[in-house]
Amino acid sequence: MTRYVAQRTLAAIPVLLIVAVIVFSLIHITPGDPATLMAGDQALPEQIDRIKAKLGLDRPLHEQLGIYFLDILRGDLGESVFSRFPVTTLIAQRLEPTLSITALALTLAILLGIPLGVIAAWKANTAIDRLVMVFAVLGFAIPGFWLGFNMIWVFAVKLRWFPASGYVPIAEGVLPWLMSITMPSVAVAFVSAALIARMTRSNMLEVLREDYIRTARAKGLREVAVLLRHALKNASLPIITIIGLSLAGLVSGLVVTETVFAIPGVGRLLVDAVLRRDYPVVQGVILITAGMYVFVNLAVDLTYAYLDPKVRYRE
Amino acid sequence: MRQPRETPPAFALDTSGYRRRRRIAEMRRAVLGNPNMLAGLIILFVAAMLAIFSPQIAGKDPLALDPFGRLQPPSAENIFGTDQFGRDVFARTVYGSRLSLIVGISVALIAMTFGAVIGVVAGYYRRVDDVVMRIMDGLLAFPSFLLAIALVATLGASLQNVIIAISIVDTPGIVRIVRSSVLSLRERQFVEGAIAVGATPRRILAFHVFPNLVAPLLVQGTFIFAVAILVEAGLSFLGAGVPPYIPSWGNMMGESKIYAQLAVWTLFFPGLFITITVLGVNFIGDGLRDNLDPRLKHGA
Repeated sequence: MTRYVAQRTLAAIPVLLIVAVIVFSLIHITPGDPATLMAGDQALPEQIDRIKAKLGLDRPLHEQLGIYFLDILRGDLGESVFSRFPVTTLIAQRLEPTLSITALALTLAILLGIPLGVIAAWKANTAIDRLVMVFAVLGFAIPGFWLGFNMIWVFAVKLRWFPASGYVPIAEGVLPWLMSITMPSVAVAFVSAALIARMTRSNMLEVLREDYIRTARAKGLREVAVLLRHALKNASLPIITIIGLSLAGLVSGLVVTETVFAIPGVGRLLVDAVLRRDYPVVQGVILITAGMYVFVNLAVDLTYAYLDPKVRYRE
Repeated sequence: MRQPRETPPAFALDTSGYRRRRRIAEMRRAVLGNPNMLAGLIILFVAAMLAIFSPQIAGKDPLALDPFGRLQPPSAENIFGTDQFGRDVFARTVYGSRLSLIVGISVALIAMTFGAVIGVVAGYYRRVDDVVMRIMDGLLAFPSFLLAIALVATLGASLQNVIIAISIVDTPGIVRIVRSSVLSLRERQFVEGAIAVGATPRRILAFHVFPNLVAPLLVQGTFIFAVAILVEAGLSFLGAGVPPYIPSWGNMMGESKIYAQLAVWTLFFPGLFITITVLGVNFIGDGLRDNLDPRLKHGA
């Protein structure tokens, strides 16, 4: 097990390095000069030179890359061209709303997706199954931001159950906080719930065909016990992988959904930076997100190995 | 060099007519026996008609401003209502189909082409495999929408760059699938046989490996078509996609978002069209997968 953990962890390092190189090269694929673009239309040549010097764009490429790596290792992601704040500070300020919504959305997606998938597989090829599949198919087709606007229209404007937009920090009370993140969380969770439901259903279907399920039923076990303790447990590995993967979808959805609900999170920070061509912030945000995503996938792989000895001992 | 077609020996049955009829029957069953596939094809056909005959169907100029008819609810005159500039939402929605289909088809074709080439090279030539796949892993490590928006931010927001950005994001997934198919194909006996009779690598790839990749490529390409429509809509919604003077479902919603609570129709209809189109394309993808790859029939 130790060896497997070490191997998997080491394998993540080249991926992280390549992620950093990709993020670094973003600024260099810009058509034209990035410093000129950032400085704006009315910038003086001295201002452009200052930005260049500040971003190190006047040095040779390999030197720039080296400096970039060292800066990352020191936890320095540069500073915003627009507000002059360090990128890490900007991200830290915006982290709470984004993490709150991600956590609630992931919880909702799991609590909705797994039961739906289990029921659909149990009642395979019935009306219930078909209904769940309709939900799953819609989940892939409905844009999260459109769902968000429809929810605002129904639940905030018409029914007045939830605030239409904005974020209330958890420090100002748990209930207002929960109210402010419920609709955005549902809007982003929809796709993941659909994905998890679909994956759970297909894996459950496979497991339910196994002989030991027939044995469990034959010995008179209650159906709930057969489904949950015998079937779901053995179908859970691919489901865990999908939950890990669906986190990327959640984060992608959040970037758009934060704008819909006027949430001052990391996604909105990224969008504003994109619209202002504030490259250090764009680079910082996607570097951090991709880095976190690599670690989540690593954690999923390790969980997988912990749960399934077959993975652990396969060299 | 291809063999010239020979006349079949006298004892061989002429089965070509039978085979053609059987193939047509199979296709008919694939479409008619699968209501989702049929629905998907109808939806895509309607979307294509909207895109091709936009001027005739819309009946109005999607860019015409009407300062006295701003944010009007749906009526007989403007069946989807008007937006904050008094432009007809129905006309803009009809024209918006053009952009979504152009982006979807272009991205699918580009990603399939590059994905197939890179995947075959990585799968067949061991030497480049490691390098190529590490780069693909790196690209796949980004949540796709974030990478797309960062690419558009650096390339600049235009239709062409939106297509390039989404293609870059979607290609690594295809590379992975193609590569793993090639890896398993190269161990198969018919490839070993071809190597044994001295076929060149290029001939093996073109005549023995590639034909077996068409099915998975087509299925993935269809799903990418659908995803690209969603990503373009998201980018344009945020103002980081196609420029505002081109009506697209995404930037219609983005431009009207502050009027969401006042004039819900400005957002509802473009979003509905995105959903239905993506649903249709996904139905086709599911149908293709079920028919082309029977092993996955009971899968996700």
